Amino acid sequence: MDTLPIASPINAGVIDKLRAGDRVLISGVLYTARDAAHRRLIEALDSGKELPFDLVGQTLYYLGPSPARPGQVIGSAGPTTSARMDGYTPPLIAAGLRAMVGKGSRSPEVKEAIKQHRAVYFVTIGGAGALLARSIKKAEVIAYPDLAAEAIMRLEVEDFPSIVANDIHGGDLFQQGRASFQKDSL
Amino acid sequence: MRKIEAREITEAVSRLCQQANFELGQDVLQALKKARQREESPLARDILDNIIKNAGIAREEKLPLCQDCGTAVVFLKVGQDVHITGGDLYDAVADGVCHGYAQGYLRKSMVSQPLSARTNTGDNTPPVIHTEIVPGDALKIAVMPKGGGAENMSRLVMLKPGAGSKDVTDLVVKTVAEAGGNPCPPLIIGLGIGGTAERTMLLAKEALLRPVGQPNPDPEIAELEEAILKRVNSLGLGPLGLGGAITALAVHAEVMPTHIASLPVAVNLQCHSARHQEVVL
Repeated sequence: MDTLPIASPINAGVIDKLRAGDRVLISGVLYTARDAAHRRLIEALDSGKELPFDLVGQTLYYLGPSPARPGQVIGSAGPTTSARMDGYTPPLIAAGLRAMVGKGSRSPEVKEAIKQHRAVYFVTIGGAGALLARSIKKAEVIAYPDLAAEAIMRLEVEDFPSIVANDIHGGDLFQQGRASFQKDSL
Repeated sequence: MRKIEAREITEAVSRLCQQANFELGQDVLQALKKARQREESPLARDILDNIIKNAGIAREEKLPLCQDCGTAVVFLKVGQDVHITGGDLYDAVADGVCHGYAQGYLRKSMVSQPLSARTNTGDNTPPVIHTEIVPGDALKIAVMPKGGGAENMSRLVMLKPGAGSKDVTDLVVKTVAEAGGNPCPPLIIGLGIGGTAERTMLLAKEALLRPVGQPNPDPEIAELEEAILKRVNSLGLGPLGLGGAITALAVHAEVMPTHIASLPVAVNLQCHSARHQEVVL
């Protein structure tokens, strides 16, 4: 299967072309955030405070890595369940967030925000954190260090393997994939 | 009476925590390889290849299989003729978890309080410990690092006593379908049937310690396991929920006697990173 190399932050023109099911290799910058960091980002947005990094056009990776051994960039670094971020995501997309990387399907509200604000949701391989760590070349905590594994990190990645799950055209790989292989109904 | 030093328990638990997080069991690997052969979706086959490759990297580089190194669930089978010396049994287990997660560079995922004060304890303690007193003078320790994503998709339902295997099957299929890609399929499905509400949940978790795909010795239950697996794999969810023929690698069901008014059913889902290691002291 063909894979498309793309740069992150992702160009708006590239977003238009992506379709659910496309396989991509992401190179560039990803910011990590999970539940606790999302809560703080939303609190900052709600109270009109400045975010710890410029979110506009950026890509969030739902990751809380295991600690790096001495001399290593990062520990195991696979995605966490995206659905837990669903409640926080539409306001972040409205504030300029362009792409997300995680695992599992998204809520109708997130899918709508993706369409409306021209964003994209990628999935990567849940439970393959040792493999995915190889694509991460640099990692640095840039906010909320007190959150430990949940702190926000700025990652530099090369050829980070992902799959488009939700696109701006309403494509949803979870629905399409299941429909193709379903053998009976409940 | 046989004496076992608390220190030996701490060392064993520390070793098992690390081993479980770095080394995927051969039974799980074989099941994944078999799934790779049977999978119909090219994307899903590629995902399974990467999951198998991940297990090789984790083992070689002593890197956790998954960044979620889990709640340390520890099963103790304590022989009634064993005397623990030099410390408290549960402290010894917790010290082993603390040491193993630090030494192995494993992620610490426990928070001290579930509501307002979700502060990380910093050493992945406390573990969840299940103790059983058994005949003999040995101490069996099994450590299961259980990831949050799959654990979150667990379910307990008290069915009507007349419900039977059809309703149990429907319940499991519904649970897996609703969980979708969240628990990281392909799954191993732990199923507890009978007992009481809390006991059947534990039964479902204990079922996950069985080698993958080893059927229940009771032919009726083995048949139920097979029937559920077939239905789950007809859902089309596939690896990571992105579509495919293999949503689960196995169903492990355990049953026990129950009350005349009850049919408790517990489902505990295990992601493909099915980590557990054990030792007998």
